Amino acid sequence: MRDFTSNSGLLGAGINRRGFLGGTTALGLAAGLGGNLLLPTGARAQEPKRGGHLKMGLKGGAATDTLDPATYSASVLFVVGHLWGDTLVESDPKTGAALPSIASSWEPSADASVWTFKIRSDIAFHDGSKMTVADVIATLKRHSDANSKSGALGLMSSIKSIEDKGGDLVLTLTEGNADLPLLLTDYHLVIQPNGGYDDPSSANGTGPYKMTSFEPGVRATFERNKEDWRTDRGFVDSIEIIGINDATARIAALSSGQVHYINRVDPKTVSLLKRAPTVEILSTSGRGHYVFIMHCNTAPFDNNDLRLALKYSIDRQEILDRVLGGYGTIGNDFPINETYALFPEGIEQRAYDPDKAAFHYKKSGHSGPVLLRTSDVAFPGAVDAAVLYQESAKKAGIEIEVKREPGDGYWSNVWNVQPYSTSYWGGRPTQDQMYSTAYLSTADWNDTRFLRPDFDKILLEARSELDEAKRKEMYRDMAMMVRDEGGLILPMFNDFVNAASKQVKGYVHDIGNDMSNGYVATRVWLDA
Amino acid sequence: MTGTGPSQGPATPNDAPGAEEPRVAIIAGGPALLTGSGAKGATAGGIRLLRSPLASLILQRLALSVALLFAVSILIFGGVEALPGDFATTYLGQSATPQAVDNIRKDLGLDKPLTERYVTWLGGAVQGDFGTSWASRNSVSEQIGKRLGNSLFLAFFAAIVSVPLAIGLGMLAVQYRNRLPDRIINIVSLAAISLPEFFIGYLLILFFAVNLGIATFPSTVYDSMTFLERLKAIALPVTTLVLVVLAHMMRMTRAAILSVMSSAYVETAELKGLSSLRIIARHAAPNAIAPVITVVALNLAYLVVGVVVVEVVFVYPGMGQYMVDAVTVRDMPVVQACGLIFAAFYILLNMAADILAILANPRLRHPR
Repeated sequence: MRDFTSNSGLLGAGINRRGFLGGTTALGLAAGLGGNLLLPTGARAQEPKRGGHLKMGLKGGAATDTLDPATYSASVLFVVGHLWGDTLVESDPKTGAALPSIASSWEPSADASVWTFKIRSDIAFHDGSKMTVADVIATLKRHSDANSKSGALGLMSSIKSIEDKGGDLVLTLTEGNADLPLLLTDYHLVIQPNGGYDDPSSANGTGPYKMTSFEPGVRATFERNKEDWRTDRGFVDSIEIIGINDATARIAALSSGQVHYINRVDPKTVSLLKRAPTVEILSTSGRGHYVFIMHCNTAPFDNNDLRLALKYSIDRQEILDRVLGGYGTIGNDFPINETYALFPEGIEQRAYDPDKAAFHYKKSGHSGPVLLRTSDVAFPGAVDAAVLYQESAKKAGIEIEVKREPGDGYWSNVWNVQPYSTSYWGGRPTQDQMYSTAYLSTADWNDTRFLRPDFDKILLEARSELDEAKRKEMYRDMAMMVRDEGGLILPMFNDFVNAASKQVKGYVHDIGNDMSNGYVATRVWLDA
Repeated sequence: MTGTGPSQGPATPNDAPGAEEPRVAIIAGGPALLTGSGAKGATAGGIRLLRSPLASLILQRLALSVALLFAVSILIFGGVEALPGDFATTYLGQSATPQAVDNIRKDLGLDKPLTERYVTWLGGAVQGDFGTSWASRNSVSEQIGKRLGNSLFLAFFAAIVSVPLAIGLGMLAVQYRNRLPDRIINIVSLAAISLPEFFIGYLLILFFAVNLGIATFPSTVYDSMTFLERLKAIALPVTTLVLVVLAHMMRMTRAAILSVMSSAYVETAELKGLSSLRIIARHAAPNAIAPVITVVALNLAYLVVGVVVVEVVFVYPGMGQYMVDAVTVRDMPVVQACGLIFAAFYILLNMAADILAILANPRLRHPR
């Protein structure tokens, strides 16, 4: 099976493919991003309260889980890792910008290829030993070793050397990358004593909670680390995570008051869960998106007028409402939304316009039906979405023939092979990574066959551009190229839908990833 | 093995040797009555006389079981191998890079040919060493020990509630045959078996955990729990399992006793003036017991092997859940070990049922 987020340890990687798709919807991000109707009002104004026992029922735990952060791949460990450990850098929940954590500050060279990180010296591991630069270096080395089985190996491949220079961490890259600090937020890269070479599964870290027990796939318990080096986190005294993989069981556990928080609420049952008086739905914009893709180099899709006609003939709002129950945000035919740092604002939203579609269709000179291949494995509701699309296109005089392909082998035989199909993408930590994975001419997963040397040039320039204003402008140009000339039809971004008891306060809608970017348990408090 | 639905266990009574029993018993049951000492005495004497044929029969069954287990191990190995994707790719999931995949494959010897890996594994398994889990790097035997303990704990309590209840209700139904109590017992138990077990589970959760708030949910059990807490935690899954297996055993009990009760020798006993209790206990029960044992054994096997759905719904950390997790990441040593243990349970319980049925009915020792 093919995997979209394979080079990314960060976004989407915390999420098993099917699970990820199963529970995505949202009402848009927090107030700042607009469109949210269900904001937990008042939750934010309160002072955090300390104490209490937080119970969470999470999908994404298995008996095969281990505590070695190199192997983390599902939701439970995504949360667990953030409880007992810290990464060098964190990301801002609202803007996605890099924030200091174990690294207190950093400085790039002029071409962004050599980075110097100042490492805090006042931090101790749970066993009392002092955390040093050597531990940081060993951690990064363990994850970037060619023999490593780490999920972060792909991210680390651009790092040429990892050195200690006068007590600072110096990373030298194979090429300039202005996003390097954000790559170090990856949840695999938890700093461990001697990098975890001695005992990778000890869960001995610098995080706000100490692990007290762990039964893989069943239960994990934590107590607060009283010597935590930060005071702005870790409010509850103890935490209990129970692995609940059944969606209905999670909802039952929450509505019966047995747990305070659950993840992956099925969009289809959100409206039922909302009726429970003690429950609050927490939905956050995500970077994952559902797409219809055309190969720009294959007839008849090599004609940009036909591509534009097909882009104008999809009714995004209708598909969002019908397939995701309204829990999502409308897409604009480029793979970036507000959750990314340096999002190019002010690009006009493309809407359903049968007249424009008919105009471009006529101009393209194409006639006859266009064959769209789809399957339920492409994304949940993909076949429904294709049929809705077929109907809306019909009004513009465009005939789309929907062919339902078998789910087995869809990713190897249809996606990235056939010229017009449905698919989905998880997100990436940065715009650069998203475009590099799927829109660079040479990318293996360039599933729209977007072969544009001018685009590639801007992409590579932007990667090492340290001036944010300039970079943002470049990302805007790239977005416009993909939007107006690419083969991507992106009706919607799906969102992360979680739910909590109303006792849970202080939930942060983090644009980074699901479950408050994995920090949910360290950020919330209980109001009895 | 990880089958869904209540039909898994109860569905195959006709394959079991005991299922034909009641009809034969009508003809052959006569002599037992005429000897005067009753069927029990004859059976006990029969054991003494036929000790060696019985022993050889048991040995034969045991050898057959081992051969079956061997065949099962090949099937499981081949089955997991036929699944798309191997351990390395599925385990790394989204973050797989070709290099990381290669590293894992080399590490686990996945680059070696299939037969070589199977033989190596079999060599260890024969000596009781199931190896280490590929995913968690822990000893498989150790991990399975805990999970199996949980599964047996749940199955045991489901069994000690359901078996006496089913047989008792079956006798009650015979007593009030075709009258109101019989009909109520039948309708309720058939309704329970007709509903999918996850649905029964959800209904129980809805009423007892969500609406009434008196039951513990999720039913997760863990090390630091006291025995009473565990009992409380498994109340709902045990109830679900009891409802699922009850009808089958109850109806078989009812049918078996009824068919014996309508036989000529029971009529004779009645005419002789024996009390109805004595007739059921001394004359009817021994002849009706074989099919009941078979059905009970099938259902016991189901309680251990077939409860994956119930485990998932109630978030109970048993063997089924463990095996499903392992299949998901293609953790071969764990899948193999779980599969073998499940198969062994099924085979052993069925064998025990056969042997008990033979003990209870001497005629089966001399197949024609």
